Amino acid sequence: MSVVRIPPQLRGEVGGAREVPAEGDTVRDLLDDLMDRFPALRPQLVEDDEIAPFVNVYVEGEDVRTLDGLDTSVDQGSTVILLPAMAGGI
Amino acid sequence: MPSYRELLQQVKSEIDELDVTQARGVLDAPDRPLVVDVREPDEWTEGRIPGAIHIPRGNLESRIEQAAPDRAQPILLYCAAGNRSAFAAKSLEELGYENVTSLAGGYTDWKRSGLPTELPRTLDGEKRQRYSRHVLIPEVGEEGQLKLLDSRVLLLGAGGLGSPAALYLAAAGVGRLGIVDDDRVDASNLQRQVMHSTGRLGDWKAESAKRTLEELNPDVEVVPYIERLTSENVERILADGWDVIVDGADNFPTRYLINDAAVWHDIPLVHGSIYRFEGQATVFKPGAGPCYRCLFPQPPPPELAPSCAEGGVLGVLPGIVGSLQASEALKLCLGIGEPLVGRLLLFDALATEFSEVKLRRDPACPVCGDSPTITEYVDYVEFCSGRPARA
Repeated sequence: MSVVRIPPQLRGEVGGAREVPAEGDTVRDLLDDLMDRFPALRPQLVEDDEIAPFVNVYVEGEDVRTLDGLDTSVDQGSTVILLPAMAGGI
Repeated sequence: MPSYRELLQQVKSEIDELDVTQARGVLDAPDRPLVVDVREPDEWTEGRIPGAIHIPRGNLESRIEQAAPDRAQPILLYCAAGNRSAFAAKSLEELGYENVTSLAGGYTDWKRSGLPTELPRTLDGEKRQRYSRHVLIPEVGEEGQLKLLDSRVLLLGAGGLGSPAALYLAAAGVGRLGIVDDDRVDASNLQRQVMHSTGRLGDWKAESAKRTLEELNPDVEVVPYIERLTSENVERILADGWDVIVDGADNFPTRYLINDAAVWHDIPLVHGSIYRFEGQATVFKPGAGPCYRCLFPQPPPPELAPSCAEGGVLGVLPGIVGSLQASEALKLCLGIGEPLVGRLLLFDALATEFSEVKLRRDPACPVCGDSPTITEYVDYVEFCSGRPARA
């Protein structure tokens, strides 16, 4: 079991929760578990079976794109951060 | 008991001295020593050897380690005639400095021989008082404050992030602030945009910012640009010369545009963004870390990218994130500390929690990567509405 931090832009899709537990030994399995339960997340996170280019996924503070992408392994108890691009400054 | 003359003679026999001709040679050599003027402040202000730093004799032991942390660093000390610097050299040797020399004949001989001197720049009395809390910090000091007064920072947006960032940069005495904003002050801005006020409703934000900032600190020149940053005007605005850019824009086209421009002009970009209770800040420093496109290769489709206007924002949140941006910008101007390069700082005001994730440069980045594919400004409106980019 790992903890996925849901960014404020996506909390509507998960019923408002700031953190959601998810199962999976890889980022792919973990996101599948999450998106099975919250299908509205899918278009926000995945594009053509890859992590969408406008979102970053961090496992223990490391960008999975710099590791093995969706195949990056996730240890039990890890913190996973989802981070979509955010433009606001006004 | 030795007399002063006897003691001086003894000390001089124990240290290494250079006469002005030898000193001139050493200073022209590649492995130039650190030149330390140990005279009193009133002597220093009347002229110095070019490039010297000033540590009065009375503060030498307590301050030298900060100026020369490495005991092997060659140091040339001078005073007016070479006597105080002889005692100073002896003290530094006792502190373990291995390569210390004293200028025989001192500044008097140096000047009499027609060698170059310079008048040190100093803060006048008024500035010394205004910036006294900066001058007291060893990492800033008078030199640092003079550096800030010479610095030029461009701010994109005079809104939520731009307000605190610009206020603190102006208060700090950053000599020139450029403000790019094409919007007017609206009542809904005043919950967070603390640079503006009720009496300015309907005014251009860039003009309102100029009035507020110049009233706060008349040392600061504010250059307003009442326009939206576009591929048409970005080169003209950057040609005015900026050391650091603070990005407080409210839209993706501007953020990608300024990122590309900052990479091509080699200007550090201090990034901040906010949404509801959460904010992010980082520094994109060309050559030293990733750029915005390494972090987010593409903007989200418009339907997935709410702005503050749609999503709302806690009024104080830009105050926190914009102040972090000001702090990073000041560090970059001064060349001190560890800026947020390669690190994205995340702040959650509801949980009162800071966290950090690592950012790495993407060798395949289309702008700052090893083989860039974007080499001129993209038509960002088309780009962001999801139609093909014109690269």
